[in-house]
Amino acid sequence: MLKKSKTPVLRNRQLKKCPTGIAGLDEITFGGLPQGRPTLVCGGPGSGKTLFGIEFVVNGAQKFNEPGVIIAFEEKGEELATNVASLGFDLEKLQADKKIKIDYVHVDKAEIEETGEYDLSGLFIRLDYAINSIKAKRVVLDTIENLFSGLSNEGILRSEIRRLFQWLKDKGVTTVITGERGTATLTRQGLEEYVSDCVILLEHRIQNQVSTRLLRVVKYRGTVHGTNEYPFLIEKEGISVLPITSLELNYSVSSEKISSGVPTLDEMLNEGDGFFRGSSILISGTAGTGKTSLAASFANAACLRKERVLFFAFEESPPQIIRNMSSIGMDLQQHVDKKLLQFHSSRPTIHGLEMHLVEIHKKIMQFNPHVIVIDPITNLVTIGSVSEVKSMLIRLIDHLQKNQISVLFTALNYNNTISEQTDEGVSSLVDAWITVRDLESNGERNRGLYIMKSRGMKHSNQVREFIITDHGLQLVDVYLGPKGVLIGSAREEQELEEAAGAELKTFAGTQREREIKRKRTVLEAQIASLQEEFESVKDELNRTFQEEELRKMVLDKNRQALTKKRYLNDNKPKTKKRNGKGN
Amino acid sequence: MAKATKKYELRLYIAGNTPKSALALKNLKKYCEEHLKGIYDIEVIDLLVNPQLAEGDQILAIPTLVKKVPEPVRKIIGDLSNEEKVLVGLDIRPAK
Repeated sequence: MLKKSKTPVLRNRQLKKCPTGIAGLDEITFGGLPQGRPTLVCGGPGSGKTLFGIEFVVNGAQKFNEPGVIIAFEEKGEELATNVASLGFDLEKLQADKKIKIDYVHVDKAEIEETGEYDLSGLFIRLDYAINSIKAKRVVLDTIENLFSGLSNEGILRSEIRRLFQWLKDKGVTTVITGERGTATLTRQGLEEYVSDCVILLEHRIQNQVSTRLLRVVKYRGTVHGTNEYPFLIEKEGISVLPITSLELNYSVSSEKISSGVPTLDEMLNEGDGFFRGSSILISGTAGTGKTSLAASFANAACLRKERVLFFAFEESPPQIIRNMSSIGMDLQQHVDKKLLQFHSSRPTIHGLEMHLVEIHKKIMQFNPHVIVIDPITNLVTIGSVSEVKSMLIRLIDHLQKNQISVLFTALNYNNTISEQTDEGVSSLVDAWITVRDLESNGERNRGLYIMKSRGMKHSNQVREFIITDHGLQLVDVYLGPKGVLIGSAREEQELEEAAGAELKTFAGTQREREIKRKRTVLEAQIASLQEEFESVKDELNRTFQEEELRKMVLDKNRQALTKKRYLNDNKPKTKKRNGKGN
Repeated sequence: MAKATKKYELRLYIAGNTPKSALALKNLKKYCEEHLKGIYDIEVIDLLVNPQLAEGDQILAIPTLVKKVPEPVRKIIGDLSNEEKVLVGLDIRPAK
């Protein structure tokens, strides 16, 4: 790693680190413990110090090919092996493979008489022998303070322990020294005075009868490190620390949209698009307002898109949810069968908050879901204070958003007055917040759904009535009329009234139309008869006119004939004239 | 007392020839000559030569005197400068 760097001089000067292989710890310390130097791990009884040390050595042997020596002052080698066998560490095999050497240092005051000057060269020799026999790179001293109970000359012990640490440094082995937590100091014997490179504090805190293990890097000379208290777990695979708090808010985002599973709700969000992928959605509401149903329909929609969904239920068992959702027309069982949907039901009080977080974290790692649902987060408050729940959710949301996992939380509001704040105060963390509220009027309760916020998209500002039917969830426009906002049966009544009105209107309409038709027929008949009349009048007039013409013609003829006759009588002697006339 | 019949097997662990080790060995020999003449056997183990032997007797401090026989096993650490303590530790003289 170092050979590749372009500025080897500078790099070499930086502190070399020795990976512990403990999940999460190497992230907090940016690489591990200081290589070739002692690290003090202190904590109260049962805080996991010994396990820390053993895991450090076992991981070194198994993962990093660095053999290690365990010097046990408290437990015998066999006891140690039995104790950690449940964690899957096979110390006996590792010892047989010369990967690990366990040396049990037994100090019993009853057996030992002190007289005069001595030193701890015996311990040095044993350690040196153990290190050389397997070429160890890692050493754990667990717990060196036990020497103080076996030997009474504190002056010698202190100077020898100082010499031991220096000797270990010179030897170049990375050492973990465990120490019992003192009242005023980090360790009972003030070992922190001698170990100045790295100090890690383990704590086991109990709050409301629920325990939480915490790890803090108190000091790490010469390097940056995470300074928070990080919760950690001791479980089947050993210690895992959770540095879920990401140090920066710089994850990439998606502008892809995913459906909420309720088409009418999608309509309210950017005109039918739904939520952003990787966003966090909060559904809050009072009891029985259909939060779980909304959550389930979101999950259902995701499964129908062939995405994987993790459903964490803190109130109901999986069969109960499946049964309840089948009553509103959602078949979740098919998704479970197809391994698209996984339920995890547990009572919140089963572990501490951090443990829940770790559980969620681990399940996410295993299942790699696209969508997770947590129903409801409110129940977590029973095991932690509001601020703790909030900080847990911040870390969870950070983690999910980094991995582009969409998350839907439900939250129960205890009071019916709509507050701008949910009980967990998480509303500022989420990207979209939908609240479902009981609207009580006319002696019945109905559900009203609002979108309180939806970051980065247009969304409807209207209250919708939220109804749960046999075929799923629906949102209905509420009736806004002169009588105010109408919901539930009042809205239905109004709708019926309107329908009746419309019916009446169409009835009246048809009647008028018929009237018009009739009128038209009558008028048309009248027009026809008038036309007939007109025709006959016209005929009459025409006949009179023709007769007149005829008469006129006849009269003309007669007059001409008469004129002619008269002319003939006047000019009888003159033939010419007669001839002319005859022409 | 059974001390007359039993043999004392003593082991002195040292690490190199340091002044402390030399002093311890000198003191031990002196006490043995005084109190256990003829019934003791001292074995000096140099851990710099045989480091693997340290584990068996649970040696931490140097020098350490281990009384293997007679039972019970006792360890006396230091340069053995306090005669009283050494004798009590070796069960030669009962503790007051």
